[in-house]
Amino acid sequence: MSPGSVPPRRSGGLAARVNPYWLMIAPAVLVMGALYLLPVLNVLAISVTEPEPGLGNYAMLVDNAPMHRVILATLRVAAITTALALLLGYFVAYGLATASPRMRGLLMIGVVLPLWVSVLIRSFSWIAILRRQGVLNTWLVDGGLVERPLDLLYNELAVCIGMVHFMLPYAILPLYASMRGIDGRLIAAAYGLGASRLRAFLTVFLPLSAPGIVGAGVLVFIFSLGFFVTPAILGGGRIQMIAEYMSWLILDRLLWGPATMLATVLVLAILVLLAALSRVVDLRKLFGAA
Amino acid sequence: MSEIDLKSARVPGSPVLAWSVVLFLLLPLTVVIPVSLTDKTYLSFPEEALSLQHYAKLATSEAWLGSIGQSLVIALGSTAIAVTLGTLCAIGCWRIGGARIELIRFLMLMPVIVPNVVYALGLYRFWVDLRLVDTYLGVIIAHAVTGVPYVVIIVTASLSGFDPRLEQASMSLGASAWQTLRAVILPAIWPGIASGGIFAFIHSWDELVLVLFIASRRIVTLPRRFWDGIQENLDPTMAAAAVCLSIATIGLLALNMRLTRGGK
Repeated sequence: MSPGSVPPRRSGGLAARVNPYWLMIAPAVLVMGALYLLPVLNVLAISVTEPEPGLGNYAMLVDNAPMHRVILATLRVAAITTALALLLGYFVAYGLATASPRMRGLLMIGVVLPLWVSVLIRSFSWIAILRRQGVLNTWLVDGGLVERPLDLLYNELAVCIGMVHFMLPYAILPLYASMRGIDGRLIAAAYGLGASRLRAFLTVFLPLSAPGIVGAGVLVFIFSLGFFVTPAILGGGRIQMIAEYMSWLILDRLLWGPATMLATVLVLAILVLLAALSRVVDLRKLFGAA
Repeated sequence: MSEIDLKSARVPGSPVLAWSVVLFLLLPLTVVIPVSLTDKTYLSFPEEALSLQHYAKLATSEAWLGSIGQSLVIALGSTAIAVTLGTLCAIGCWRIGGARIELIRFLMLMPVIVPNVVYALGLYRFWVDLRLVDTYLGVIIAHAVTGVPYVVIIVTASLSGFDPRLEQASMSLGASAWQTLRAVILPAIWPGIASGGIFAFIHSWDELVLVLFIASRRIVTLPRRFWDGIQENLDPTMAAAAVCLSIATIGLLALNMRLTRGGK
């Protein structure tokens, strides 16, 4: 790769005829193609070839009760997570959009800091907070608010709390990005024309922020569908979502067919959602790249 | 401009709501610190006194120290590969441009769209055939491949601030593409490359799902050790480990902020 080893441009060698910038792309494309794309495509292929060729694995979607339970739990948790993350995230995004620059800086630190703490550590913290002898129950019992510790951990509630906590920054950042694009003079005008602040918000600001709500919602829903760590830890095996169920099928039961079928369904669902989303909002803008 | 107008017409009470949610966000991050200093031997707040016993246990535990070493080797190896591949690819895509590279960009970004558990299934199958299960090389490759998107995204962003005429000037003065790369492009975007490297490092340092599938006994990275601890014995040593890990990550990100700010 040293510059001396490559003939000068005008020498007419191979390097001069092949655009050198394609050579720069080549290693990444080869590695990603062989070691990322191929294994993923192989997963899709296994779903229609094992244990025998055909759509037998996909028939489980229709008549397999555990499969139904897992898919329904996944959709339910993802929907609850998305709704709560959007609602709570909207408060913060609105706070960011309307705060003074100083306050905005402080709020932003609070939003971004959790992103930098490992999801494992955050789930572990929720265990310390929510378990029967945990921080929250100790306070509740000592404060005389409840007589016996509450069962807050290893159930759907705990999974939803952990998931909402994880997803909130991913809801807040796109919501805030879309609110920043709203012309503040429109709200000031509504306010100036005699609308109450609440009415100006409901009839002008909220509708203008709708693309951000759709974008953030789909994004959070997609992330939630394939999520592994938080549901596995805080659900304690009692609430199984697709990702954890897939790992159980493979690592404990060696059932490749059903697991790869679920993987395929998951990937297809995500691609369909992303395609639908790209018709509503500019994806690059959503991820803050623009 | 617009924010001042918005502030004058903001809904009363909205700042309180915003701050309440942010406190919820910070809650689990702050709880670990007192728990790690507890004088008890189970997960709890300190009652009679603060104690560093769990930090001492962490610092003398061969299992935890071994995992830190393994994670470090894997993260450094995979970061080196991800940065090399990702940077070259981002520069090539930037220079060629147009619709021809859209498909390549999509390929590079796939690991952030497809859930890791799907890739984990596929890779597990590959590594069984290639006998790479439970090896350093197997985990390093897995983390490198999934770390590439971070490098590509960040280096692409820093290239958008780079004047392409500098590259043209270098080439028209007779420099080869590689000479231009080394003497003109790389020096100009190195903060972006370093930043991409930091994110690739943190990605590997934190990664659990792939490791659960492609490693078992010989390779026990830090997240894996943490995961096993949560499943088996919840003891405050893990809170101490959590605090140390978070400080390491936040330190790296502070470094990253200095780099990106200094580069502009």
